[in-house]
Amino acid sequence: MTLTLGHFLSLGAILFALSIIGIFLNRKNLIVLLMAIELMLLAVNMNFVAFSHYLGDLHGQVFVFFILTVAAAESAIGLAILVLLFRNKSSINVDELNTLKG
Amino acid sequence: MDAKTGFFYFFAAVLLFASFRVITARNPVYAVLYLVLAFFQAACIWILLKAEFLGIALVLVYVGAVMVLFLFVVMMLDVNIDSLRQGFWRHFPLAAGIGVLIALEMSAVLIGGFRISEEPKAPVVLGQAAQQVSNTRELGKLIYTQYIYPLEVAAVILLVAMIAAIALTLRQRKDSKHIDVSDQVRVKARDRLDVVKMPSTQPYVSDATAGAALGATEKQP
Repeated sequence: MTLTLGHFLSLGAILFALSIIGIFLNRKNLIVLLMAIELMLLAVNMNFVAFSHYLGDLHGQVFVFFILTVAAAESAIGLAILVLLFRNKSSINVDELNTLKG
Repeated sequence: MDAKTGFFYFFAAVLLFASFRVITARNPVYAVLYLVLAFFQAACIWILLKAEFLGIALVLVYVGAVMVLFLFVVMMLDVNIDSLRQGFWRHFPLAAGIGVLIALEMSAVLIGGFRISEEPKAPVVLGQAAQQVSNTRELGKLIYTQYIYPLEVAAVILLVAMIAAIALTLRQRKDSKHIDVSDQVRVKARDRLDVVKMPSTQPYVSDATAGAALGATEKQP
């Protein structure tokens, strides 16, 4: 039994499903939401790398490179907003972020 | 079943266990540490897929920088965990059902649809016999020739993210003896020295009103 492309794609799919469960369960905890988004991006990157290997095309890996860049920027800004939020409201509960609600 | 398959299953099992613990861990610090483990396993799997540069970049950039940033933020915030985990186990069956459904559907499609198992031909880029060429060199050639403009856009994105993160969290302390450098540089001589016009001679007043007049002139500047 050798590894096929489907194995790696299924691993990415299961990882994606796990992070969706994480977003369902931790809807109140902003930190775990950010971590679940990171896991989702990891699953997507797994698919890109697997396709890149099995199709013999390096462009997929270049795309993973750019996804990593954007994910790093996103998590930096997300954490900055999180710190700002905690400083102003002393809580990171998503349910309490209703200041802009009319 | 060769060694590569065994390693794949081992790494995949640890990866899935770690990511499961990320979303269910009670303490956010443990969640971040399990996320680090998950990223390590993902890097191992990418190295199995002969993407060495990306695997090492994942460890260096993600585990070394982004996850440490996460860890610092988590340790800095004093979060009441119990209020955040209300309704966690109440929603668990629905979430688990949906997740298992998603995973099963996608796996059924993907396992059946992509049975590419033959060892792929090595990537032939720029007309090289790429068997001996390292993955990093090929990736570098591709990034610095064909993808040079996207690379610069990515650099600008990182710069914007850095400036945004600093600008969002920068604050001035009220209790420090803070000196504004730009005010110091822009100061002029007339801001330093205040010349007050005063009469050079005082008119004679009687002793009875002298005290009040003296008080008035002292208050005048």
